[in-house]
Amino acid sequence: MSAEASAPTVGAEASVRPTAVSTPRGRRVPLAAIIAGAAAALFAVGLLVWGNPVPADQPGFWVIVQSRSVAVATIALVAAAQALATVLFHTATGNRILTPSILGFDALYTLMQTALVFAFGMAATQVEGVGKIVAQSALMVLFATLLYGWLFSGRRANLHVLLLVGVVLGVGFGSVSTFLQRMLTPSEFDVLSARLYGSIGRGNPEVLPWAALVVAAIAVWAWRRRAALDVIALGRDAATSLGLRYRREIVVLLVVVAVLVSVSTTMVGPMTFFGFLVAIMSYQFVSSDRHGQVLPVAVLLGLATLLGAYFVMQHVFAAAGLVSIVIEFVGGLAFLIVILRKGLR
Amino acid sequence: MITIEAVDKHYRATRALGPVDLEIASGGLTALVGPNGAGKSTLLTIVGRLLDPDSGRVRVGGLDVVTAKPRELAKVVSILKQENHFVARLTVRQLVSFGRFPHSQGRLTAADREAVDRALAFLDLEGFEERFLDELSGGQRQRAFVAMVLAQDTEVVLLDEPLAALDMRHAAAMMQRLRDAADELGKTIVLVVHDVNFASAYADRIIALAEGRIVASGTPEEIMRPQVLSAVFDTPVDVVQHGGHRLAVYYRPAPTTQEHVAVMPDDDFGMPRNHAPAEASVPEF
Repeated sequence: MSAEASAPTVGAEASVRPTAVSTPRGRRVPLAAIIAGAAAALFAVGLLVWGNPVPADQPGFWVIVQSRSVAVATIALVAAAQALATVLFHTATGNRILTPSILGFDALYTLMQTALVFAFGMAATQVEGVGKIVAQSALMVLFATLLYGWLFSGRRANLHVLLLVGVVLGVGFGSVSTFLQRMLTPSEFDVLSARLYGSIGRGNPEVLPWAALVVAAIAVWAWRRRAALDVIALGRDAATSLGLRYRREIVVLLVVVAVLVSVSTTMVGPMTFFGFLVAIMSYQFVSSDRHGQVLPVAVLLGLATLLGAYFVMQHVFAAAGLVSIVIEFVGGLAFLIVILRKGLR
Repeated sequence: MITIEAVDKHYRATRALGPVDLEIASGGLTALVGPNGAGKSTLLTIVGRLLDPDSGRVRVGGLDVVTAKPRELAKVVSILKQENHFVARLTVRQLVSFGRFPHSQGRLTAADREAVDRALAFLDLEGFEERFLDELSGGQRQRAFVAMVLAQDTEVVLLDEPLAALDMRHAAAMMQRLRDAADELGKTIVLVVHDVNFASAYADRIIALAEGRIVASGTPEEIMRPQVLSAVFDTPVDVVQHGGHRLAVYYRPAPTTQEHVAVMPDDDFGMPRNHAPAEASVPEF
C-alpha cells in the first residue's frame, strides 16, 4: 500500500531531477556539482576579502586575508570531512537516515577526551602536538569501529533499534562525560573545555595541514574506489556474489568514517545534523545514486552550505558564533521531516 | 561442476543442514525441492559462499568457496537471493552492469557493455534499460535481477526461489528463460523452487531435501512419484501425467471411497506418516 502511495512522488522526483552537463571530454558532470562548486568558491572568496578594513592595494590587506584563510580552510575541511563521512557511513550500513553523529559518535569523542583528562590530569593536555592528536584519534577510531561494527554486524538489527541504541548511547556518553567533568579540578576543566569546544575562530593552524592531508587522502581513496563503493551499497549478499570481501570492506569503511569524524570533531567540536543535511541534499540533487556522482556533489554541497552559512551569519547578521546552532536547527528540522515523511526504512 | 563434501550447518542447537554429500554435474538445470525448513536455501547459500558451513567442503569449478579468492570465485559462481532491496536508486542498465564488476572492477569495456546488452536482450528487457527498478512491476524487476546474474557470465548460476512473488504467467516465462540459459548459454543453473511442478516441467535433475538431508535425487521421472513426493513433503501427493510431464497434485486428497460422503481416515489422510530417516523409504537412484 505504501509503495503505491509513494509511487507518484517517485515519478515526480525523477522528472525534477536535474540533468548533467557534458564536458568536452565526454564525461558528464552533475549540474548540482557545478552550481555547488561555484557557490562554494564564491563564499570562500567572500569570506576572505569581504569587509576587509584595509584597502586592497595595501600590504595589510593580504595579511588579513592570510589570517582569515585559516578559518576558511578549517570550514572547508570540516565540511568535506562530514560530507564524506556521512555518505560512506550510509554506504557501509545500508541506510540513509542514521549518521555517525546521530548514533552518538560525537558524544563518544567528548567522553574519550574527558576520560583522558580525568585519567591523566593536566599531563594529558600538556603534551601538545600532532603526535598526541594522532594517538587520541587512533584510540577514538578503535573504539568507534568496535562499537559500530558490532552494532551493524547483527542481522537482527533494524533501524528503529539502532536509532534507539544510538540515542541512548549518545545520552549515556554525555552523562558519563558530565559526571567525570564534575570531578575535575577547575584548571583541568578549563583545559578540557578549550579542547572540546573547538571553533572556527580558534582554528589550529598547526593541525590544519595534517588534517587536510588525511581528508584529502581519504577523498582520493574513496574516489578511486567509487565503483567498489557502489557494489558495497548493494548489501552483503550482492556484494559477496560480485566478489568483494564484504566484512573487510565494511570494517575499512567504518575506520575511515571514524577517522573523518574525529578530524572534524577535533577541529570544531560536535555537529550532529550537518552531515545528514548535506547527504540528504546530495541524494536529491544527483541524477544517479552512483558514488562517482554522490561523493563530489556531497563534498561540494557541504562546502557551499558551511561556507555560505558562515558568510551570511558573519556579514549579514554579524553573528558568526551562531552558525553551528543555525545549521543544527535546519539539519534537525530536515531530519524530522525526512523521518516523518519517509519513515525509517 | 559442484562438489559438496560432508557439509553441515547448525543454527544454535538445531541442525539446519547436513551432513550433505552431493555432486552436481556441469550444465543443465537442477532444482532443489523440499518442505519449508528442509535446508534448501541454506545449502544454496553455502554453495554461493554467502554462508560458511560449520564443517565440510564445497568446491565449485575446482575452487574451494571458503578459501578461494572472492574475485576469482565471482567469475565462476554467482548467486541471487530471494530478497533484494537496495537503498540506492538504480536503473535496469545500472543494475545489470553490476554483473560485470568481477570482470572489469567497475570500468566497463566494450566487451562488458556487449555482455550487458546480451543479458538485457536475453531477458526481454530492451526498452526498460533506463527505467528505475522501483518503476518496474515485480516480474520485470525479477527479470532485471536475473539479467544481472547472467551478465556476470559465470559457469554456475545459483537462484534462491526466483519464482517467488511471480504470477503464473511470469513464473512460467522465467522458467523458460532459465531453461534457455542452460541450453543456449551452457550455464549450470541450480535453483530452489517451491512448486515441484515447475521442477518437473523444466529441470534436468531434482534434488529433494527434508530435515536438512538429501532424501532423493534424480531425473523428474524418478522423483515425480507419489510415494517419493509423499515421503519428502510428508503429505499425500498424487502424480498425474500431463503434456509429457508429470505433475504433482496435492491440493485436496481425493475421496477414498466411491461416494462423496467419504470420511477422512484418522491416520493423516490415509498416508503413512514417515518420521524415520527418509532414505529408508525412498528408492535409491
